[in-house]
Formats: sequence, C-alpha cells, structure tokens
Amino acid sequence: MKINDVILRTVVKGVIFIILTLGVYLFFSGHNAPGGGFIGGLVLGSAIVLLYITYDLETVHKKMPFDFKKVAALGVLLATGTAVGSILFDAPFLSQTDGYFNIPILGEKHLTTVTIFEAGVALTVIGTLVTIILSIGEDE
Amino acid sequence: MTIDFAIILIPFIMAALILLFNKQLRKKYLGWIVLIIPVSLFLILTTYIPRIANGETYTHTYEWIPAFNLNFTTYIDGLSLILSLLITGVGSLVILYSIFYLSMKESLHHFYCYLLLFMGAMLGVVFSDNLMVLYAFWELTSVSSFLLIAFWHHRKASRAGARKSMTITVSGGVSMLTGFLMLYVMSGTFSIREIIANVEKISEHSLFIPALILILLGAFTKSAQFPFHIWLPDAMEAPTPVSAYLHSATMVKAGIYLVARFTPVFGGEMVWFWTVTGVGLITLFWGSFNAVRQTDLKAILAFSTVSQLGLIMSLLGLGSVAVHLGYSADTVIYTQATFAALFHLINHSTFKGALFMMVGIVDHEIGTRDIRRLGGLMSIMPFTFTIAVIGSFSMAGLPPFNGFLSKEMFFAATVKILQLDVFSIESTGILIPLIAWVASILTFVYCIIIVNRTFLGKIKPDIQEKNPHEAPLGMLISPFILITLVIAIFFFPNLLGEYILKPAMASVYPTFPSAAEMTPHISAWHGFNIELLMTIGVIVLGIVLYRLLKYWKKIYRIFPQNWTLNAIYERVITTSENVSESITNRYMNGKLTHYFIYIYISFVVIVAGTFVALDAFSWNPRLDAPVETYELLLVFIMIFTAIGLVFAKSRITSVLLNGVLGYSVAFFFVIFRAPDLALTQLVVESVTTALFLICFKHLGALKPEPSSKRVKVSNGVISILVGATVTLIGLAVVNYEKFETISTYFENSYELAGGKNIVNTILGDFRAFDTMLEVVVLFIAGLGVYTLINLKAAKKEGADIENK
Repeated sequence: MKINDVILRTVVKGVIFIILTLGVYLFFSGHNAPGGGFIGGLVLGSAIVLLYITYDLETVHKKMPFDFKKVAALGVLLATGTAVGSILFDAPFLSQTDGYFNIPILGEKHLTTVTIFEAGVALTVIGTLVTIILSIGEDE
Repeated sequence: MTIDFAIILIPFIMAALILLFNKQLRKKYLGWIVLIIPVSLFLILTTYIPRIANGETYTHTYEWIPAFNLNFTTYIDGLSLILSLLITGVGSLVILYSIFYLSMKESLHHFYCYLLLFMGAMLGVVFSDNLMVLYAFWELTSVSSFLLIAFWHHRKASRAGARKSMTITVSGGVSMLTGFLMLYVMSGTFSIREIIANVEKISEHSLFIPALILILLGAFTKSAQFPFHIWLPDAMEAPTPVSAYLHSATMVKAGIYLVARFTPVFGGEMVWFWTVTGVGLITLFWGSFNAVRQTDLKAILAFSTVSQLGLIMSLLGLGSVAVHLGYSADTVIYTQATFAALFHLINHSTFKGALFMMVGIVDHEIGTRDIRRLGGLMSIMPFTFTIAVIGSFSMAGLPPFNGFLSKEMFFAATVKILQLDVFSIESTGILIPLIAWVASILTFVYCIIIVNRTFLGKIKPDIQEKNPHEAPLGMLISPFILITLVIAIFFFPNLLGEYILKPAMASVYPTFPSAAEMTPHISAWHGFNIELLMTIGVIVLGIVLYRLLKYWKKIYRIFPQNWTLNAIYERVITTSENVSESITNRYMNGKLTHYFIYIYISFVVIVAGTFVALDAFSWNPRLDAPVETYELLLVFIMIFTAIGLVFAKSRITSVLLNGVLGYSVAFFFVIFRAPDLALTQLVVESVTTALFLICFKHLGALKPEPSSKRVKVSNGVISILVGATVTLIGLAVVNYEKFETISTYFENSYELAGGKNIVNTILGDFRAFDTMLEVVVLFIAGLGVYTLINLKAAKKEGADIENK
C-alpha cells in the first residue's frame, strides 16, 4: 500500500526538531520540574519511531546507524554502573550526590549524579522502544 | 582490600578481562597469560603455610547487608588452606596441560573464562565463613562445571552430561541451603565459626537432625556419593583437563570439605557417623565394583574417583566418632581416621590428576580411550607408561607411593573402630573393615586393568597404522610434577603432616587442645600388623581376581537393565517433564482471554480479599473534594467510550477508542495537577497507538469470538468485579489508616535528594533501586521481544543445530 504522504513528510521535517528539543528539555528539566529520564527517553524514542514510520527503514538507518539493542544495553550499564560506582566512593549502593559548580560561560550550575543515572534510564527506554517497534515492523 | 579477599576476586576479574579483550589477545598466548593467575595465587598461599602451621588463622569481614546478617567473611585456617592449595596448585598444572592439549581452533577464551570462574568460585567456597556466601559460591561451581562439561556443546552426550550434573548437584545444593537456613533459625547466625562455638546450644533443637541430613545431601551430591554418583561418569564428556581438575581434584572435594567443616557441629551424632561412614563405604565399594567392568579409560577413572571419594568420606565418618567421645588421652587415637582422610585427599589429587592427564595423552595421541582397542603402548610412549604405572600403583595402595601410606591408615582406622562400643558398632561394625577390604581388592584389579590393557600386550594393527608417538614435552610436564609429588610424599610424609595436615586437624577438632597430639608420625614400615596383612591380601587376591576376570565378569549381567540408577534417573526426569507439561498445557492454552481471566480473578481475590479481610473498605464522602462539571463531562466521555469499545466491530475503531480513554486519563492527571503523570500518559498513549498500527499488518480482521452465553455472562461478571474493586479501592485509599504515611519523608526532597520535584526524587533517589531494576526488566523484555520475533525467522530457514 503506497500512500501519498507528502504532507506527512513535510510536517514531520519541521515537527521532529520540536519533539527532539522537547525530549532533551524534558530530560534536563527533571528533578526540579516535571520531566526526567523516563519521559525524556519516551519522547525521544517516539520521535525516532515517527521518523521510521514517515520514511522507510533504510533511509533512517543510513542517517542513524545505531544498533538500538546496544543503546539499551549501554543504558542498563549506565544505570547499574552509577549504582555500583557509589560503592567505590565508600557510600552505600545507589547513593546519589549533587553540588553547585561554577562553569565558565554557563555560570553556576547545579550538577547531580542522578543525571547520569537518569541518562541510563533514558537510553534504555529509547533503545528498548525502538528495538521492539523495529522488530515488529521488520517482521514479515 | 586485604589479600585473602583479593585471592577470591582475582580469578573473576581475569575471567571478565579475557572476554573483554578477547579480540586483542592472541590465542597462542592466552593460556600462558591465564597461567600467571593460579601460579601467583599458589605462591601467595604458600606464604600462609608456616603461619597457619603455627596455629594462626586469618579472618576479615566486609559488611555487605549487615541488617540480614549477610557479611562477606573470609576465613583461612588449616582446612581451607589445604583445599585452596589444591585448587591453585592443580589449577596451574591443568592450565599448563591445557595449553598443549586444546587445539587452537577451540574457543579458548570461553574455556579459560569458565575455568577461572570455577577457580574463583571454588576459592570462595573454601574461604567463606558466611553460610549464604558459601552457598552462592557453591552453586557457582556447579554452574561453571555445567559450562565446562558442555564445552563441546555440539555433542549431544556433552549436553546431556552437563544437564545431569547440574540437575543433581543443584538439587543437592538447594537442600543444603534449606539446611543452612535451619542452622540460622537455631543459632541466629550465618557464621560457621560462631555456630561451631555455640554447638551445644543447638544440638538439642528439633531441627538439628533435619538440618544435618539436608546438609549431608548437599555434600553427597557434590562429592558424587552413592546413589548420586551417576552424574560423575557422564561428566567425563568434558575435555580431559577439566575432568582432571574439577571432577577429580577439586570440585568433587567440595562435599568432603563441607563434611569436614561441619564435623565439629554434627560429628557427635550417631546419624552423622553411620550416614557418612555407610554412604562412604557403599560408594567406595560400588565405585570400584563398577570401575572393573568399564571399557573406556576415562569411565574407569570416573568410577575410581567415585570410589576414592567414598573412601575419604567414610574416613571422615569414622573420625567423627572422636567428636562424640570428647577429648581424652584415649580418644585421640580415633581422630586418626580424619587425619588419614585429609592425607588421602591430597594424595588422591596427585595420583588421580596424573592419571587423568595420562588418559588425555593417550586419547590425544592415539585417538581412542577404549581399552579393547588399546594395548602395547609401552614401547611407544615410555614416559606416559611411567606416569600410568606410578599413578595406578599409588591408587592401588602399593609402596613406594603415597597411596600406600594413606591406604594403610585407612585400613588401620577401619579396624580400630571395632574396639568402640558406641553407636552400636559392636553389632554391625565388622562390616566396615570387610567392605573396605573387598573394595580395595577391586581397586587393585582396575588399576592393573588400566596399566595392562593400555600399555602391555600387542599393539592393535589399526593403531599401528596411525604411527603413534610420545606426547609433546609440554603435555608431560604437569603429570610428571604430579608423580614426583606422589613419590616425594611417600618419602617425606611427615613434612606434609606437620605443616599442612596438623593445622587442618585443629580446624576439624577445635575442642581438642593440641593439634600435635592428633598428628601421628607417618612411617612406611610399621611392623607386621593387621593393615600390612590386609594390603598383602589385597595384592594376592587382586592378582588372582584379575587372572580370573573373564570367569566372574558375568556377575555384572545379574543386575536388571531397567533398574540401574541411570535408568531410574532417566525415568524420573522424563516422568516429571511429562507431568509438568500436561499440567502446564492445561492452563496455558494459548487463548489470551483465558490468561486475562486468570490475571483478573487473582487480582480480585488477592486485592479485594485483603481489603475485606483487613476491613479496610471505608468511604467518607465528607473528605472528598467537590466535583466540578467538566470533571463529570470527562467521566461521561470515558464511560461511553468504554462501553463503545466492547461493541467495536473493527480494529481501528477499538484502537482509537482505546486512545480516547488513555488521553482522557491524561486529562484527569492534568486537572488534578500531576504534570509528570500526564506527560508520561500522553507519550505512552501515542507510542502504544503507533505500536498497534504497526502490529495491524500481522493481524487479521477482528472476528467476534464464538462463545456461549454462559461464558459471556461469566466474563461480564469478572469485568464488573474488577471495575468495582478498582473503584472501591480508589475511594477507600483516601481514608486508609493501616500504615503510617510516609509522605513527610518525601516532602524534604530538596534537602535529602537535592531535587525540587518529588516525583523525580522518588524515581531517582528514594526508590532508585526500583527504577534500576525496572530499567533492567524493560531491557530484558525488549530483548525478549526481539529474540522471539527473530528466533521464529531463524527456525523457518530450517537451521538444525542438533549434533552438528
């Protein structure tokens, strides 16, 4: 079934940046405002899924040559890694810490180790989401 | 990090490194790099010998989950030192041997990774003081043994052998775990040393005997004692270095270690004495009896290992009587059985390791291990012949080899026990030396078989054609080191006794004041006494029986074929598989509706049942917030959508209606000021819809299910019950007062977790453990979907991996 999807393609070209930006924004706004790793990851993942639906698999794969299973695995590794990592600093398993740092140009910023943990969550969500949808979509 | 902790950890780290840097490492050097680990560990451990011999012990505790009494406590004493020296010492020799034994085409990195995994796990078993940690390492040895037996996993027999050993040893392990938990219930601690120190407080407890039996089950399955020994011959499918290492020198000694370790706890019991001695003796006899009729060299060695393990086990049983008698100048003599057990433990590792390596050489150079096809190799392989002779004669108990010394001590112990009149030894005790003696004769017979059938006689023509030759030097080094030890121990046994065995005796008998008193002076010549006469009898009768072998071999046909232990095991496995399959098929019928019914019924029963049982359904309308008109509007939209969903005729309609429901819920989240939930719900809803759309091409048109009226009504009732449960609970939780509220804890999120959004601090800090595990589960589920879909595709191509 071939549908005339010029409108879809044109719209997606613009919208995709908005969605991606929203995803990144949601990811970083977590902890103090609504957002965080899970939602950020979901939004980013759905953006990728939208790309796959609009364009065909090969085109997207050429531009984003990731193995999304490995993306998910990296996410799990990050999440469990930060958990184990705290043991190396003599703190209990899964301890998180935060602090205010003065970074040139950006000014004083609040940095937390939770961000790394949340990045792991986000990557796992993106990887798993795309893996599932791709494997169902590719299945003949 | 202290050194004893590092000893356990280093093999694991190395195993991980091998896998990570597999591509960078040259296969040629892999074995040599791995060899560094056991050799250096062995050297480190030898530095402990003089200190341990002085009576020192080393212990370190790393608190892991102190709230549950789970600590990583390492404990080095004489007993664990013996085992650890064997693990690293024999381990070094085996790895050196494997470098020459395994071809470069094998997946060597897997082999060495599993081997190191085993080494670390085994060191963990002998160094752990905490029962739970010991158990974890114990099962890890079973797992690594499984992986190593199935190393040539393209062969069906390897897979079957691996599965059998896993099934038997892990079932024993689970029963041992139950025994450990009982010990914890009785003593309130997982520390072996503390349990030993408080043994008189727990010995009257009603769980004491059950715990004893369960722990023995674990030890017997691991050490291949009758009737659990059947896994060991099948485990011989593993590469020969593995058999030499795991299945004769180390892993099968774990059960012996456990029995020795728990002798101070349970040794005073009559049940312990008779079970350990009895099972040991039966195993000793049955193993040697069956070894005689085998035609595969490795199978002979497997049964002989079973038999020798039985010997050591029975000695530990005999020695436990000293714990019952308590310390006095007269009772010390009975500890000699344990001394002989520990002595033979070391001797067995030396000569059996050498013999396995000898068989490996024969197999490697000639291409067969069948004694009916072998013969006359003496002139071709003189070095291998030397190894075989020394190893076999030591096993048969002949001088001047170490097996002679421990065998004599074994005979002495079985005779000496007759003087006692505890545990009703006086009535049946005479069987002990008798069985020991008969089994030793059979041992002598199969030792002659190993040497004669392989190396003497004429070379068979088909082997002559292959132009056989002596093994390369590299494969001979390890067995030669072992047979050198066999002879060296015979001439200097007291060195071993003084430095290695004495401290171990102190750990088996902690209540006895002096370890030196329990360490007898071992001498090869001790006059014409009963043990020497027994040995002479063994030699004479053994030669006679070997000569007459063809006349009495018929005895093996007496046993009915379908009542062998293996046949029974197969039957149990097949029956349980069939039964479980039929039970599973009864409820897993592939109908999604049925699965939903199971889920919903259990949901209603458990959740609503709990609420009813706790009398927690309470509804106080005055506490509720006022209901606005637009909220009512949303509710009505949802009600109509839900009803419409039930009657939808096409898939697209039902998906869209489902979407409407989902977005309405998101609206509710917005109204009730839960932006995080609303965001998540919106995105999840969109993704689900996309997923449905993708799935559509695989699904046919929506067909109404042809179901009877009764089914429809019962489904309707279940749906209404689920809905009612959810609604009522939703109304009741507001007034729920059974637990103290924990929200005050989260309100301090900014100070505690540095975040202003409570939801995020819950996810990332307070309940981060949940989130972490959820991430892992999500990943596993994703991989599951991926494999399910791709596995189906692979099957279509007709790929048959069976026996490739």
